[in-house]
Amino acid sequence: MGSIENSLFNIGYLETLSYQETPIHRLDPRAKLLATMGFIVAVVSFPKYALGSLLPFLLYPVALATLGNVPLRYLGKKMLIAAPFAFFIGIFNPLLDRQTLAHLGPLAISGGWVSFASIMLKFALTVSAALLLVAVTGFHKVCCAMERLGMPRAFALQLLFLYRYIFVLGDEAARMVRARALRSFGGRGLGFRAYSSLLGHLLLRTLDRAQRLHLAMLSRGFDGEIRLLRPLRLQGRDAVFFLGWSGFFVLFRLYNVPHWLGIRVMELIK
Amino acid sequence: MHMADALISPAVGGTMWAVTAGVTVYSARKLNQDLDDRKLPLMGVLGAFVFAAQMINFTIPGTGSSGHLVGAIILSILLGPYAAFLTLASVITVQALFFADGGLLALGCNIFNMAFFACFIAYPFIYRKIAGDRTTPGRILLGALAAALISVEVGAFLVVLETWLSGISELPFSTFILLMLPIHLAIGIVEGLITAAVVTFVWKARPELVEMAPPMAAAGPRSFRPVLIGLVALAVFAGGLLSWFASTHPDGLEWSLKGVTGKAELEGPKAGAHGALASLQEKLAFLPDYDFKKPEPEKAGGQEEDKGESWPDVNPARSLAGVLGAVITLLLAGAIGFGLKKYAAHKG
Repeated sequence: MGSIENSLFNIGYLETLSYQETPIHRLDPRAKLLATMGFIVAVVSFPKYALGSLLPFLLYPVALATLGNVPLRYLGKKMLIAAPFAFFIGIFNPLLDRQTLAHLGPLAISGGWVSFASIMLKFALTVSAALLLVAVTGFHKVCCAMERLGMPRAFALQLLFLYRYIFVLGDEAARMVRARALRSFGGRGLGFRAYSSLLGHLLLRTLDRAQRLHLAMLSRGFDGEIRLLRPLRLQGRDAVFFLGWSGFFVLFRLYNVPHWLGIRVMELIK
Repeated sequence: MHMADALISPAVGGTMWAVTAGVTVYSARKLNQDLDDRKLPLMGVLGAFVFAAQMINFTIPGTGSSGHLVGAIILSILLGPYAAFLTLASVITVQALFFADGGLLALGCNIFNMAFFACFIAYPFIYRKIAGDRTTPGRILLGALAAALISVEVGAFLVVLETWLSGISELPFSTFILLMLPIHLAIGIVEGLITAAVVTFVWKARPELVEMAPPMAAAGPRSFRPVLIGLVALAVFAGGLLSWFASTHPDGLEWSLKGVTGKAELEGPKAGAHGALASLQEKLAFLPDYDFKKPEPEKAGGQEEDKGESWPDVNPARSLAGVLGAVITLLLAGAIGFGLKKYAAHKG
């Protein structure tokens, strides 16, 4: 599958996941959006060498994925694809920070490795939270939630329009790329001249399509203002969801529970 | 160039979110004032175009790698700065939500890094100055190259700055910069070439579309605001980056002093007005000698000689000193100018 088809398939798959009916899906999108943002802020606010204290935060993505019926393998694959940037910056930490921080038996573990592990763990947590947000909410609802929470209307409309036309233009671009591939041979025809011509034609078709779109809207009574249907209503369980998880994040950010558990268990063993 | 959440701190992420949100609100408001209601479907479709175009590659002969478009300058040329900013912001948002290409907290950073400079500074003050009025293919190429190159480099610099300010990665500022800027030089050139090619294509096929973008400032008496903004940008660039390339050899005065007295600086008397003012200056200087304050007590003796400083002397403190100095100078100059204006108005 070409990369464009692949990307469109990915978007489509994530959207399909959001059409399911589970208790998580039925929550108000604002509660889920705010909880996810709180989660990300809490995770990112941990200091450089935090590792054990981050582990309880795995509960949020795991809970969302299992209750929301999102396949974990899919999440894992997407995380791997997005990992390179964080990985290649984080990998410098072990090289630059050689001070020994802890001893695991005979092995001395440098601070660099701890902070690298911390970065990768934070990465896994934040990325899975972001993907799960869309997987259990759906793009339209996320846009509605953001607009209700204060995002400018023009931007919300732009997002919805963009989303709608990604598939249309993606198909168009995929056809053109496939045509180019079929007509090229041994690398010829894949160079810059053909590329710029391809993009130029795609752009012209885009502009023509926008023109036809505008005329279609006018002939259906468009008067310059777009009205959004807003079926969002806050309910008790949304407040419970948000407050419950926020409390969890605050508690586990302030108190290092795994450390405390470890100490208790050691005392029991002694 | 999309930053991940794991590498920024809440402070940096939150600040950039606030800044980007402010710019978004401002752009949306400006857009509503624009009476051209063809804009909205055009923005949506062009956003999808940029999204699709970012997935089409071309092979770069000889390197075995491929390049692709970012699209900020093309969008600015076709839509004007405000609409282009919103469109690019929407593309980056979709990438963050669906592809985890950039974190949600880092979204503010990413939008600012990739869209703000290109749409609001590079497009009006670089591209339009070169290719706006008299459009020829050569001018389009030059304008697009300059605008794209500078935007991409500034974006890369901002990425490094934000990562460094967050303090999570151990990468020192200088190493990171030396890694990022050369790579993004190549990316910027590619972007400029693609932009120029596509714009020239559209300009030849449908010239009315390229002139479609409305000018950003109101058509009225020539204000010197663009010049001012250009100067500020130049000052920041010079203070921030060029200061590293300043010669590390002693300047004329220090050299002659060294030849005469054997020391680079004269020691003033410690007592009286001299001493009082010297100690006052020491307390006030928050970046002494264009560097971060060295912790006292200074180790006497051994540290005295100049360790042969490397050139370019990549020094974040120097950049900070340079930029801060430029800002303070500009503010002072502005205040003096403002005061003089008031005085002149009062007299006349």
